[in-house]
Amino acid sequence: MSVDRVSYTLDSTLDTVNNAEETASRMAAEAGFDEDEIMKISMAVREAAVNAVLHGNAYDPNKKVTLAFERTADDLVIVVRDQGKGLDESKIPDPLAPDNLMKTSGRGIFLIRSFMDVVEIHPSQTGTELKMIKHVHGNPADSKEALQ
Amino acid sequence: MSMKSSTRQVDGVTIVDLSGRITLGEGSVVLRETVRDLLSKGQKKILLNLGDVNYIDSSGIGELVSAYTTAKNQGGELKLLKLTKKVHDLLQITKLYTVFDVKDDEAVAVKSFSK
Repeated sequence: MSVDRVSYTLDSTLDTVNNAEETASRMAAEAGFDEDEIMKISMAVREAAVNAVLHGNAYDPNKKVTLAFERTADDLVIVVRDQGKGLDESKIPDPLAPDNLMKTSGRGIFLIRSFMDVVEIHPSQTGTELKMIKHVHGNPADSKEALQ
Repeated sequence: MSMKSSTRQVDGVTIVDLSGRITLGEGSVVLRETVRDLLSKGQKKILLNLGDVNYIDSSGIGELVSAYTTAKNQGGELKLLKLTKKVHDLLQITKLYTVFDVKDDEAVAVKSFSK
């Protein structure tokens, strides 16, 4: 089984957001995902990086964002870490609720969850770790349904 | 690729031709300033042509919502024209597709504005 792993420690800037998106796009293409899936993966990673830079580290030049990409035979695993106060997901309103539909923010985590197969958010006092997994061969649950 | 914006007038409607990416940073700012500028000049019938917008993130979605709400609050109308599949899909999953008035044909879109 081949394993490719890269990680970067980057400043809390918009360049980091763009770098994260471009790297995700390249890794997803190398993993064999189709164009539609590549777009979803790169957008999920972009949104995670925006959260880290903007909401987590609040553009603080003393705080870093760590991006880690790991490609296995089965999965593309991406971890984005920030050094912020720790994301409290319970405080993020449902962006699809009628009262929230016209809000101008608050859709990032929703999009990440929509586009990736597994999303884990691990907040702590030293920052937030957001882990995203996309199965190379599609979601096993989808495959089961297809076989039935 | 950053976003480019140009405006033209058709039968009292301001068509804003956008191309590139509407994302956090430059793209969102260009859209916000363009719409604010039009409204300040009293141009309140705005049709955003997204036919050449190939990418939009959650900040860009927020900016579209903001533009729509700002126009509406000032007695204006803001509609969307020619969504690419990616933008269409994003508006679908965020349940905003039915909020915006979305048109495929420019002439039909222009006629749909109130006189």
